[in-house]
Amino acid sequence: MAMNYNAKDEVDGGPQCPPGGPAKNRRPDNTAFKQQRLPAWQPILTAGTVLPTFFIIGLIFIPIGIGIFVTSNNIREIEIDYTGTDPSSPCNKCLSPNATPCYCTINFTLEQSFEGNVFMYYGLSNFYQNHRRYVKSRDDSQLNGDSSALLNPSKECEPYRRNEDKPIAPCGAIANSMFNDTLELFLVGNESYPTPIPLKKKGIAWWTDKNVKFRNPSGGESLKERFKGTTKPVNWVKPVYMLDSEPDNNGFINEDFIVWMRTAALPTFRKLYRLIERKSDLHPTLPAGRYYLNITYNYPVHSFDGRKRMILSTISWMGGKNPFLGIAYIAIGSISFLLGVVLLVINHKYRNSSNTADITI
Amino acid sequence: MFCSKKKSLEVERIVKANDREYNEKFQYADNRIHTSKYNILTFLPINLFEQFQRVANAYFLFLLILQLIPEISSLTWFTTIVPLVLVITMTAVKDATDDYFRHKSDNQVNNRLSEVLIDSKLQNEKWMNVKVGDVIKLENNQFVAADLLLLSSSEPHGLCYIETAELDGETNLKVRHALSVTSELGADFSRLAKFDGPDTKLMQNSGKTKFKRTSIDKLLNTLVLWIFGFLVCLGIILAIGNSIWENQVGDQFRTFLFWNEREKNSVFSGFLTFWSYIIILNTVVPISLYVSMEVIRLGHSYFINWDRKMYYSGKSTPAEARTTTLNEELGQIEYVFSDKTGTLTQNIMTFKKCSINGKIYGEVPEGMGQKTDIPKKNEPMDFSVNLQADRTFQFFDHRLMESVKLGDSKVYEFLRLLALCHTVMSEENSAGQLIYQVQSPDEGALVTAARNFGFIFKSRTPDTITVEELGTLVTYQLLAFLDFNNIRKRMSVIVRNPEGQIKLYSKGADTILFEKLHPSNEDLLTLTTDHLSEFAGEGLRTLAIAYRDLDDKYFKEWHKMLEDANTLKDERDERIAGLYEEIERDLMLLGATAVEDKLQEGVTETIASLSLANIKIWVLTGDKQETAINIGYACNMLTDDMNDVFIVAGNTAVEVREELRKAKENLFGQNRSSSNGHVVFEKQQLELDSVVEETITGDYALIINGHSLAHALESDVKNDLLELACMCKTVVCCRVTPLQKAQVVELVRNYRNAVTLAIGDGANDVSMIKSAHIGVGISGQEGLQAVLASDYSFAQFRYLQRLLLVHGRWSYFRMCKFLGYFFYKNFAFTLVHFWFGFFCGFSAQTVYDQWFITLFNIVYTSLPVLAMGIFDQDVSDQNSMDYPQLYKPGQLNLLFNKRQFFICMAHGIYTSLALFFIPYGAFYNVAGEDGQHIADYQSFAVTMATSLVIVVSVQIALDTSYWTVINHVFIWGSIATYFSILFTMHSNGIFGIFPNQFPFVGNVRHSLTQKCIWLVILLTTVASVVPVVIVRFLKMDLCPTLSDQIRQRQKAQKKARPLRSRRPQTRRSSSRRSGYAFAHQEGYGELITSGKNMRAKNPPLTSGLEKTLYNSTSWIENFCKKTTDTVSCFSQDKTVKL
Repeated sequence: MAMNYNAKDEVDGGPQCPPGGPAKNRRPDNTAFKQQRLPAWQPILTAGTVLPTFFIIGLIFIPIGIGIFVTSNNIREIEIDYTGTDPSSPCNKCLSPNATPCYCTINFTLEQSFEGNVFMYYGLSNFYQNHRRYVKSRDDSQLNGDSSALLNPSKECEPYRRNEDKPIAPCGAIANSMFNDTLELFLVGNESYPTPIPLKKKGIAWWTDKNVKFRNPSGGESLKERFKGTTKPVNWVKPVYMLDSEPDNNGFINEDFIVWMRTAALPTFRKLYRLIERKSDLHPTLPAGRYYLNITYNYPVHSFDGRKRMILSTISWMGGKNPFLGIAYIAIGSISFLLGVVLLVINHKYRNSSNTADITI
Repeated sequence: MFCSKKKSLEVERIVKANDREYNEKFQYADNRIHTSKYNILTFLPINLFEQFQRVANAYFLFLLILQLIPEISSLTWFTTIVPLVLVITMTAVKDATDDYFRHKSDNQVNNRLSEVLIDSKLQNEKWMNVKVGDVIKLENNQFVAADLLLLSSSEPHGLCYIETAELDGETNLKVRHALSVTSELGADFSRLAKFDGPDTKLMQNSGKTKFKRTSIDKLLNTLVLWIFGFLVCLGIILAIGNSIWENQVGDQFRTFLFWNEREKNSVFSGFLTFWSYIIILNTVVPISLYVSMEVIRLGHSYFINWDRKMYYSGKSTPAEARTTTLNEELGQIEYVFSDKTGTLTQNIMTFKKCSINGKIYGEVPEGMGQKTDIPKKNEPMDFSVNLQADRTFQFFDHRLMESVKLGDSKVYEFLRLLALCHTVMSEENSAGQLIYQVQSPDEGALVTAARNFGFIFKSRTPDTITVEELGTLVTYQLLAFLDFNNIRKRMSVIVRNPEGQIKLYSKGADTILFEKLHPSNEDLLTLTTDHLSEFAGEGLRTLAIAYRDLDDKYFKEWHKMLEDANTLKDERDERIAGLYEEIERDLMLLGATAVEDKLQEGVTETIASLSLANIKIWVLTGDKQETAINIGYACNMLTDDMNDVFIVAGNTAVEVREELRKAKENLFGQNRSSSNGHVVFEKQQLELDSVVEETITGDYALIINGHSLAHALESDVKNDLLELACMCKTVVCCRVTPLQKAQVVELVRNYRNAVTLAIGDGANDVSMIKSAHIGVGISGQEGLQAVLASDYSFAQFRYLQRLLLVHGRWSYFRMCKFLGYFFYKNFAFTLVHFWFGFFCGFSAQTVYDQWFITLFNIVYTSLPVLAMGIFDQDVSDQNSMDYPQLYKPGQLNLLFNKRQFFICMAHGIYTSLALFFIPYGAFYNVAGEDGQHIADYQSFAVTMATSLVIVVSVQIALDTSYWTVINHVFIWGSIATYFSILFTMHSNGIFGIFPNQFPFVGNVRHSLTQKCIWLVILLTTVASVVPVVIVRFLKMDLCPTLSDQIRQRQKAQKKARPLRSRRPQTRRSSSRRSGYAFAHQEGYGELITSGKNMRAKNPPLTSGLEKTLYNSTSWIENFCKKTTDTVSCFSQDKTVKL
């Protein structure tokens, strides 16, 4: 092994001729980014930052929680189950499927008067509006008034897509299962005859739903002509163009229909049914007293252990009655405050003075 | 001309030189080199095929197909296809870029020009067009891009010198002989192309490199399997739930919810639901995980490439991450296997010190306070007076020159010895400068030292040595050359000076030489011994120097006996050795030399720092034991403070076993060794190890040589070796073959389950570089092989410290944080569907909007976590270097392991619970501010999606410890993007265009304007984050890790960081130790005395074309110049059988 001992060569690095041509300056750029020296904020969880945060969370959350809780408790709400499973219930007679149409009346008393706008909901339980097969069984194009989708609904609507060789409008399981009980409210006053409470059926749907998402098909003079060539959903009594007498609340833009089509998140849900608007500042919208509810009982829920309820409720700045949120806020606020105290104690008692002392390796 | 070669498949190859038509019959491969994989047409099909071979991609393809089945489809097709297309496109772009560069380099090689003899004329031809059988003319310093057969050369005897740096990394020149028949033919480098293109040896040996994976990758594979198992479990639970639900509830709910004909059976419905849920829940292992990991690693690789602190300006070589998939493994290294020469050392020897006649010369100026009287102590001596001096030689002690000037006879004799007793060959280059060709660099250093002090070795013939002694030429007659070998550990020359005196000059290991001294040397001996110890203590390589005056008669007798012995047939060697012994006695001690095997800059500090980081460094070297030990001392790996240094050097298996046993006894005490038979199961053994490891106190070192290693690597002793070696602080393996290097690495890798790194510079390190988890090549040298095989390359060993402690540590830290967060995020995201399943009849209804599912991982949350994975730093690079202990969590796998995974998973499950049940509670009977219902599915989905995005953003904000501008932009940007996309998708306009795809129209407007929705989001966020903050705070406050402490300190002292010098220079106690080491090999003496390696003064002219270039001085230079322009006198009709 012969080696060319010439220290000079070694120092110079020998003849440098990289194959790629003359060596360019390969020194990396001295930028903060490339050298990983970007200026940076380096937060650390210290007692100084964490403990105050906990106290602040506590101090903010507890009042919010109390506020929500009080507000929620001040909301008047009454819930009336009219399913009729209880044999003593007036609606019990309507459980048998052959009793159609079936009418029943339920009496109830409001202990306190309901002030301001009152909202009338219907509530269903054990109704799986969030089932996948149910949720997807609709055709938004058709509901948006698309004429081709009207006559040729999406496959998602199967098996409620066509009936007797005609396309169903509106197609799908959601529309097919639309809630169709009629609820009427009467105040039994001191007078001998009861006063019907005016129920407003418009203004219960979202603006976007009513004006953007749902549209009647275009063309034809009358609504009936526009829906020509389609047939009604199997379960429906009337076709879609006969849902209401008013033209701006008929067809796909019928608000009861729109509300129903906005499927619920959970199997127990409420949907807005009617508005009871405040008449004047002087009189409560629903004064305390005896009322009765007239029900046209069409909607079968007994077969799947469902429940039907009628709810009357006022609302507050944060919406309807909702005890959960207030309690949750109070709970989390308190926990966080308590933790703040506990951590403070721990920090004082057990912390080894490592922050100031020299680093022990 | 026929040329045949035995090959396994191809039995022989028949080639007619310079006859293309004939050779074409055999359809040999052409010389085009293809390393590229695709061309424009084949790219798409081949690349897609390759990509879908990956399990992850195939899995997602499978999911996509599942989704096309309407009964199962729980997600729309785009939720899977969008990420899949994105991922595949990104990979394809990367592959295409890689291949483009391969095409480029192929073209570069293929288009190099060569001179080929075509039609009896030399023509320029691209290398790719060279055909088998072509005759090629090569000139000096040309690249060779085919296997060639040397036909003849301009050098005498048909020699040619080739450099094989690109093949094996060795930069020295190798000699190749032309066949004697053809060598007579021409004076040029004419070669015959033998194997072309893909048939060349290089291409055949280049083989596929083993695909390396990091331990995180392996862990991830396990975890992904577990997650799949978990997924299947969830699927089964939900499927059973579905069956029961269909049976109990759905059956009665038929009034409103139809049953498909095929689904009437509730069990079948459960089966379909299972697949539906598999689709929905597949986001627990999102496809973006692997892509994100690749991106992060790529980022880290770029940071390595960009690091100026790993750029070596001397060779203008930046560090290079050649593999972009192993970065976090750099943060987990437990064992470093290092080559010595060229890696730890520069392979430069410098004459540092000497002791002449009891006087020490050449103290290093710094650190030697007591020698302040030396004038101009920090300046190297000026040798400009001496015209022949080597300019690069530096010596700091002027007293030696003064002694020379004063005419100290001992000093003369000392330098004369250095100029005479060696195997160096001298030459003059074109500039008339003396150049030494040395066989061992130690000798080079010594001869150069003598040269600079006025004893210039000028030239030698087989029987004379000419030395210019202080300006006068003196020719010594070389009477005998007593060669070096490993047993003798010394070499001597016997010369007759012009005055007729016969002298024996000897240099060698002090231990050997001191036994041969004349008794009168006793005083000097003690003094010199002290000096030698001092030298040894500084890690210098020492030689003792002695001479003997011989009287004429005695020598003649001895010489006669030597000649007789030489003629003997048997016992010749023994006889000669005896004679050598006989004459090398009664020596007069002259002194000692100390040569520094120059360590690379910063090696000692790097090793010290890595040891503090609990990284064990093993030196595997082909060098001799003494040399290796010496380097061990020089770089502080071996110290005199060590409790024991075990040397295993047995030649038989029994000896080795015995030596290992003894070493172990020594280590553990008697009681353990008896219980530790060879049949103990490995598992137990390892357990025992861990127990024992703690009980062992003190530092031990193991030195084992190649022969012993061969025996020790046998299966039954292997464990003993491993156990012992792992107990030792330092392990040095010397005289190991490249294969053994790899075996040692494999041993540790397989039996210790440790992450290994091998670092080396030469071809002999390639095997070890390839077999270690991480291979590092020292680049900037001539040889490329090690670098080509490596995963990382840089120019200096000291950059290893930065690579591991900064880049490796950060990479590991970032990757672990990334993974932890990523799993957390996806568990939180996905498991909500599981909880929702219990409230939607297990129908595989998704909680979120389909678009949200599509975009969540790739748009809403990808960038913040990527930014954290790429840029995060817990402590600064300086602190990472200053506190090597910070490296330990990586070795112990603390930051991301199965336990951490379960914590992330639990955290994710908790968050998903909070995410689902808080809105659930709130939505149970909720009504909006305007009394309208808001408890609808879409509002629920939007609320939960918004909460999720905010919660995971807060979480990443908590996880990010280094908020650069980029992090800010990404985190705030992601939230902003979420809302803007949300508003866009819920807008009237987009609904008008695609009513079926965007059914959420108007949702934002109605839901997100409700106070109670925001109250729910706030509550969910706080409830999800508070426990994390508490746990982290308590950890930080009560038992902070080192990293936490340093972070706090870093924050406190951000402005004025005191500069600390951390490593106390351990001054070695100078106990007696021989520093003898000599990189010399046997056999050169014979070459010299026979004159074989010397150029004859009047070479026989082999052809008329030879030009008289021999008066030129350097034989290396010669062959460079002597490529004449004339064509070789090959003619086609000459046929030679080879």
